[in-house]
Amino acid sequence: MKFNQKSKLLLTALAFALLLLPFATDALFGRGWVRIADFALLYIMLALGLNIVVGYAGLLDLGYIAFFAVGAYNYALLSSPQFGLHWPAWAVLPLGALLACCFGVLLGAPTLRLRGDYLAIVTLGFGEIIRIFLNNLNAPVNITNGPQGISMIDPVRVGGFSLGATQEIFGISLPSVHLYYYLFLLFTLLVVCVSRRLEDSRIGRAWMAIREDEVAAEAMGINTRDIKLLAFAMGATFGGLSGGLFAGLQGFISPESFGLMESIMILCMVVLGGMGNIAGVVLGGVLLALLPEAFRHGAGPVQQALFGKALVDPESLRMLLFGLALIAVMLLRPAGLWPSSVRRRELEADDGVAQQEQETVYDRSR
Amino acid sequence: MTAADNGHGKQAMPVSLSPSSLPQAGERDAVSLREFQDQALLQLSGVGKHFGGLAALSEVSLHIRRGEIYGLIGPNGAGKTTLFNVITGLYQLDEGALTFDGVAYVHCKPHVLAEAGIARTFQNIRLFANMSALENIMVGRHVRTRTGIWGALSRNAAACAEERAIAQRARELLRYVGIDRPHQTLAKHLSYGEQRRLEIARALATEPALLALDEPAAGMNATETESLKSLLQAIRASGITVLLIEHDVKLIMGLCDRVAVLDYGKKIAEGIPEEVRRNPAVIAAYLGGEAA
Repeated sequence: MKFNQKSKLLLTALAFALLLLPFATDALFGRGWVRIADFALLYIMLALGLNIVVGYAGLLDLGYIAFFAVGAYNYALLSSPQFGLHWPAWAVLPLGALLACCFGVLLGAPTLRLRGDYLAIVTLGFGEIIRIFLNNLNAPVNITNGPQGISMIDPVRVGGFSLGATQEIFGISLPSVHLYYYLFLLFTLLVVCVSRRLEDSRIGRAWMAIREDEVAAEAMGINTRDIKLLAFAMGATFGGLSGGLFAGLQGFISPESFGLMESIMILCMVVLGGMGNIAGVVLGGVLLALLPEAFRHGAGPVQQALFGKALVDPESLRMLLFGLALIAVMLLRPAGLWPSSVRRRELEADDGVAQQEQETVYDRSR
Repeated sequence: MTAADNGHGKQAMPVSLSPSSLPQAGERDAVSLREFQDQALLQLSGVGKHFGGLAALSEVSLHIRRGEIYGLIGPNGAGKTTLFNVITGLYQLDEGALTFDGVAYVHCKPHVLAEAGIARTFQNIRLFANMSALENIMVGRHVRTRTGIWGALSRNAAACAEERAIAQRARELLRYVGIDRPHQTLAKHLSYGEQRRLEIARALATEPALLALDEPAAGMNATETESLKSLLQAIRASGITVLLIEHDVKLIMGLCDRVAVLDYGKKIAEGIPEEVRRNPAVIAAYLGGEAA
């Protein structure tokens, strides 16, 4: 990839902005927002993972959060007082990703013959099965602690360096949320990089071919079974990885965090941002992670200022505004906020091509 | 200026299409080469396919020799496309046997047959509409390339070299079928004739020994059909066997070495085009009832 002078400058500026973001946020809005930024990064990773399944391979997966849950519970069980295990993060995180990958194949295999709506229904079922399992695996043998969840999960720790407490680096004092921000940023960049490389490869083209026309793809020699399983596995791997990170940051997880709404939220990020386009999906992840929080914090004060008192509960208003925003985006920008260049070309070029086609027809009949 | 006149007739053809399985002329003496060519590339014996109570194909036997253009004609609903789908693995045959290049294929998935060397186009164009013209052909290279997930992620020397070779080959094929457009043009924005040719290029990218074309000239005007004809002749000249379903009788008669006629799922005639055209059963099938 070649960068010209301008994009180099832009990239450097972006890198600095991302590095300074937690400090700026902390100073301007308070520490709570740094935590929200951490969650935004987690959501971006999840959305990019789902983008492989939905955006590239065109397989509608409504149970994606299950892989997030697998990663999170893997981390929680292996490094918390639950079983008295305290494995180091560098072992648990990859293990979680691997485990989620296996689950991806496991859940993907029975759905290979399904498409569209039917696939969505089955994956939705799988997502729920995982959640219900986690909810009920406290008897007869207590594994997951059931609905009470697992608490006191170890923070991510590398050697003696714990991300759970404030650390001094080069004389700069970095609170825990800042440290997690940088860790998540690192993993997000990794996920972006992997997505990019996959997109523009033999495997990526095979995924897109399946999305476009499965029968033709198969007739062109693509082993659709393997390639689809690969998409499920890759997507699940990202989900498992971010699940582990989530457990480390949060210190507490329960099945409640892995409901259907979360799956739908991630799907919204992918669709809203621009299916199949990495930058779009990142944008979708950032917006959908931040907007509800902004509504939550903003709705109360704004009502106070307008009416003198809070007319509507900010919490319910939040979802209402959120729904309206979704509808507006889908009506005004059906291909997503930042569609892939291909999609944009589709929308722009239609008129030109129609005319050109007319001319061609005339040319040929003469 | 249309794609028709930048012509396939006068191909400079930097492209070699020969599948590697084909013996080079220099390696064998003339007699054994002819023997090799006389062997059937594709052999169907007693093939039957039923949908519920309907026998779409029954007792169809035919063999296609190496290097020939073999035509398959018949009235609408005669089972031509069904036979195509059986040959390319989209349908599993209920009876009979399919042998390709000396190997029997029983209940094989389409991708296995594609790897064995059968490539096809579709009656209703089935391109990857939202991918670029070049990418469509690059997908065709999938079956002959090997970069897996690790190659894609590490972008090591082998993966990069293969990726370059894929793109290079795709550009050659795009030129070969005479699509003179920016490579990034989406497949669905190509003209109808170009889409038909792009489908052929995509099929050629899989390095087939047998190219199966389902009504490639449907909807084309005379100029386009003529350029298609010379394209098919060039493909045959490069050593690829062609199986052709077509309604355009003129094209079939001018192009095919042998023709088979299907009617109600049965083969009613086979032979060189001149004979078939005079065959009373064929005339009856086309004109109906006792017309012969």
